[in-house]
Amino acid sequence: MIQPKTIALIITTGILVSLPHFLNPYWVDVLNNIGIYAILGLSLNIIVGHTGLFNLGHASFYAVGAYTAAILNTKYQIPILWLIPVCGLSAGLFAMIIARPIIHLRGDYLCIVTIGVNEIVRIALINNVFGLTGGSNGIFGIDRPNVFGMTIRTPMEFYYLILVFGAVTIFLFRQLEYSRFGRALNYLREDETAAEGSGINTAHYKLAAFVVGAVWAGMVGNIYAAKMTIISPESFAFWESVIIFAIVILGGSGSIPGVILGAVLIVGLPELFRDLASARMFFFGAAMVAMMIFRTQGILPPRPRQYALPQNHASEEGGK
Amino acid sequence: MTLLSVSRLTKSFGGLMAVNSVSFEVASDSVVGLIGPNGAGKTTVFNLITGIYRADQGEILFKDKSIVRLPTHRIISQGIARTFQTIRLFQNLSALENVLAGCHCQMKSGVIASLFHTPRQRREEKMALEEAMEALAFVGLDSSAMQLAKNLSYGKQRLLEIARALATRPSLIVLDEPAGGMNEYETWQLVALIEKMKERGITVLLIEHDMSLVMKVCENIVVLEYGSKIAEGTPDEIKTDPRVIEAYLGVEEDD
Repeated sequence: MIQPKTIALIITTGILVSLPHFLNPYWVDVLNNIGIYAILGLSLNIIVGHTGLFNLGHASFYAVGAYTAAILNTKYQIPILWLIPVCGLSAGLFAMIIARPIIHLRGDYLCIVTIGVNEIVRIALINNVFGLTGGSNGIFGIDRPNVFGMTIRTPMEFYYLILVFGAVTIFLFRQLEYSRFGRALNYLREDETAAEGSGINTAHYKLAAFVVGAVWAGMVGNIYAAKMTIISPESFAFWESVIIFAIVILGGSGSIPGVILGAVLIVGLPELFRDLASARMFFFGAAMVAMMIFRTQGILPPRPRQYALPQNHASEEGGK
Repeated sequence: MTLLSVSRLTKSFGGLMAVNSVSFEVASDSVVGLIGPNGAGKTTVFNLITGIYRADQGEILFKDKSIVRLPTHRIISQGIARTFQTIRLFQNLSALENVLAGCHCQMKSGVIASLFHTPRQRREEKMALEEAMEALAFVGLDSSAMQLAKNLSYGKQRLLEIARALATRPSLIVLDEPAGGMNEYETWQLVALIEKMKERGITVLLIEHDMSLVMKVCENIVVLEYGSKIAEGTPDEIKTDPRVIEAYLGVEEDD
């Protein structure tokens, strides 16, 4: 028997796969941006949504991934997509180094330090650290990605690349939610003392949340570098972190569909209302204020997890 | 056999001597009560045992091994479980997930296994679910497994905390005012539950203000006042100890 969920999944997949054929390249590119921000949002969601750690420096992890891809590709001509794991690892390692000393900070304090980290990274990139980052001009001449001998060039081709990466991300992160690791992050968010008192190594999981989020942001950085072929420090400014943060909070922190919706709204809507561009920030601000008053948990908050209960207990449940 | 041995435990906060050179022992398979007026330092002792505070001085031996420098989560996985005086559940998660938190330290899956749901991870998850349901059934909450913790009644929340503690498979469970806020019927159920834990071979150390409960379930009682131990003995000895009567039963300052 086919379940309604499966049907919905097939229909959504069908729409997403055929969508770019009905749109002009400009709109396909808008979708690509939405996709990139959605995946960035999902990666930040691990840190902010699931673990409850305020991170307003997520763009720094994204930057490390993008620059790793750009430097290794332009200097050593390593095919850009092969570098995806390397970008993930470098961003993860960077997160591990910077998060370890600050992880014990709570709430707003952690938030402020992450803003600082973001600025340090941006300014380091501008100052051409180690002579590798190309200063404020950034790095250009990054290769187009190549999949099975086919060069990915047009927005439509990138669309499919991002779609596949996004689908894999959603699948894996959903698995993560239904696991010991995912639950541990939630316990931390709910009550750190109780989590530690239940035998959970809270320091370890906070760090792990940062690293997992950073690894994913680093991998998205690779795709971004490949898509733009030129990257510069301004693409990874504090403002980027704010947008990613807003996507998570507005959409519904801790919820995969919520974060995707957040990306559609925050990245997509301003494109729809281009004519009102000057009033964009006004609406954006007003929407955020309204959200914080009327729906603090976001538009699509996470739904409780369902578990297949062991048989003997499940039957008991049915009887009551 | 001694399961837990606390010797000359001392902790001060600024100028306040919260716990002053307290020593006592908890024998295996016994129920020990820690009583004393409010502010006597009972909860501080519990927080020292479970590593939430660091002791200034003194030694805590559990199964003959020092646990005084270990972080809380390590102490828990060594076999000491606790509940909190003010209920500390994961309010927005289901009762089942609260208990699964207790199962955490018995499980091994890391982030990679969790991302890819390896066969080992699936097996482990299934076993944890069964164990969590069993712990819920033990305290009589299996029919509320899918309810959010915050939607449970106060008494049930207390029981859920006990279930979460039991899921860590402890040999010693430390209960901080388990009957606090419970009505008579719920307290009576709690007494039965403590007896059941004892039958299972779990040693119980508890703080409690409900004297009838303490006198009923505890085999040994330690009395604290102003951070120091003033008496120790069986319920009958404690009931007749003049210092205890003066310090605690005589000048009731509770609530």
